Amino acid sequence: MEFYHFTEFAWPYLPPDNEFTSMRLNLPSSVYDPKKGADLYNMCLDQYLLADELGLNCMVNEHHQTATCLNSSGVVPLSILARQTKKARLLILGNPAANLADPIRCAEEMAMIDNISYGRLECGFVRGVPYELFASNRNPTETSERLWESIGLIQKAWLTHDGPFNYEGKWIHKRQINVWPRPFQQPHPPIWTTGGSDLSHACRTVAEGFTFAMFLTPVQKLSAMFSGVRQWCRSQGLQRPAADRFAFMPLVAVGETEAEASAVIERVFWYVTHNKAEAQHRAPPGYVETSLYADFLSGRFTGGRTDAIRKLGLEYFRKNHVAIYGTPQNVVRQIKALYKKVGGFGHLIAMMHAGDMDFDMTAKSMTLFAKSVLPELRNLGSTSRRFGPLAKTRSRRAA
Amino acid sequence: MSLRLGFKSETVLINGVRIDFSRKGRGRPFLVIHGEDGYELDDPGYMSLDQLTHNNEVFIPRLPGFGRSSLPDFIRSADEVSYIWLDFLDHFDLKDITVVAFSVGGWLALEMASKSCSRIRNLVLCGSVGVKFGGPYDRDIGDIYFHNEADVRIMKFHNPENDPHFRLGGVSKRAALALARQKEAIVRFCWDPYFHNPSLRHRLNRITIPTLVVQGVKDGFTLPKYGRALARAIPDARYVSIPMAGHFPHLEQSEKFGAEVASFLSGRRGAN
Repeated sequence: MEFYHFTEFAWPYLPPDNEFTSMRLNLPSSVYDPKKGADLYNMCLDQYLLADELGLNCMVNEHHQTATCLNSSGVVPLSILARQTKKARLLILGNPAANLADPIRCAEEMAMIDNISYGRLECGFVRGVPYELFASNRNPTETSERLWESIGLIQKAWLTHDGPFNYEGKWIHKRQINVWPRPFQQPHPPIWTTGGSDLSHACRTVAEGFTFAMFLTPVQKLSAMFSGVRQWCRSQGLQRPAADRFAFMPLVAVGETEAEASAVIERVFWYVTHNKAEAQHRAPPGYVETSLYADFLSGRFTGGRTDAIRKLGLEYFRKNHVAIYGTPQNVVRQIKALYKKVGGFGHLIAMMHAGDMDFDMTAKSMTLFAKSVLPELRNLGSTSRRFGPLAKTRSRRAA
Repeated sequence: MSLRLGFKSETVLINGVRIDFSRKGRGRPFLVIHGEDGYELDDPGYMSLDQLTHNNEVFIPRLPGFGRSSLPDFIRSADEVSYIWLDFLDHFDLKDITVVAFSVGGWLALEMASKSCSRIRNLVLCGSVGVKFGGPYDRDIGDIYFHNEADVRIMKFHNPENDPHFRLGGVSKRAALALARQKEAIVRFCWDPYFHNPSLRHRLNRITIPTLVVQGVKDGFTLPKYGRALARAIPDARYVSIPMAGHFPHLEQSEKFGAEVASFLSGRRGAN
């Protein structure tokens, strides 16, 4: 199993709760103080340098027009880490491929980062949360198709080494595509996507030979999705995907004592309790499936998974493995239990920083995780033997 | 969705698109092009329609994605829908038509008439969108997706309780699904560019038929100055504003709206 450190670079210095309606989209940037912000950026980047020293990998993301995430481009921290870290795998999860004006520029940037890091890039592509559609102005009805069209084109651009080719697809038109540099990793960096409840998206991801990641998902849902993918592969006559085709991100805190870990996870949990948003930004028509949107319109759907689980509190999170915390031994036990319940996964992305946590508090939790948890779990899970789409299983006759 | 009294519900295949439409009466054709909320499809009291159309054959087609109208993948803009509506006129060989169009329906009517007015006698545009008049930093058309439901109602209605969708809490799953499909169809056409076609303004000169532009004084979705700009851009257009009404004067002041339309259609000068 591979382990990643993650912080969302959230802005913690918010006005009183009754003075704003949402952390996303409409919170004015007058709330942001550049001096504190510069420190925050550098403190978060320092966490990743520590992660590298500790043998952890790094995961970065991006969001737009929001205090929940100051990375308005994942490429920026990724570029810094490509040069400043030495060993860590560098996961971007991900490039908002559906919302990008130019996916080929993304292919170029990722290829550069792969080269500068000597082949340490793990390249994720995401459809983007619904809030992103107001920042990107991308039509909500198009984003699923745009995501897959962009991924296909970027992959083709990375794999083509004999000069320009033409592409006139449904959403993207480019007449002379000839990406320089080619990626460092051959044939190209590993690809990831994320998902929620769309099983067909998850199945397609894994069938293509990519890694499918889920964030902060209660164990029952996580298990249903991962086992749903495995069952679908079986029904299609595809090989069983290895554990490293599945990834999960919980909130994580490790302490020398249970009390210490509890105090830390409360601070990480800030991310959940303060993730305030307006309802209409979560459901622009055409983003979610029609049935769910109908429920939103008629009041049957009120706020979704994030709101519901937020109200249930930290104990619910722990019980459902969305928050994993405790002493090292306890955390090892929880991850092993989760692993078993979901039928295995190969990447654990530990969100170990949020809110107003300072570097020292985060560093201690990270260090305990890397030194006392990671060694106990490193051998967990199978790894894929070959690059590329899942192969068909041999028929009995052929075997 | 209830069907208006006396209307017959039919479907027709137009260039591969199934169009669900209602038809009633005999006489010169009268085409109603509904707006993004479909209020004009099922509200029995709006705009005194019966009084206006007793000598007409009335057609009310449903936009692709509304009711039983299909929404093929290739239809992604108001421009494309306008060709379907022009084909609809051709299919039934409708001539000398009065077109009354609401909001997004107004945009579609502008798209149609700017391509060809040959079958259209006159045009009533109520709270029409579809054109950009201001500069890049001007918000010509209010953002109904960004703001919360209550604020959008205030934007669109003089009295928010006049919104036929004011209480959707009790609607059946089936009705909610139909509404969801409608809204998804509108987003497909209207998200970007937002409720307008940047090139449409430059061909409004082609709309040479008598046109009435109606706007509610309290309209916050498209301000009255938007309606006035539209009337100025169409060669033979007249502007009428209706007090105590928002974006849907035919719902909030249906008698006044009906009187203005009747006056325009009879060739008399309007009330204001």
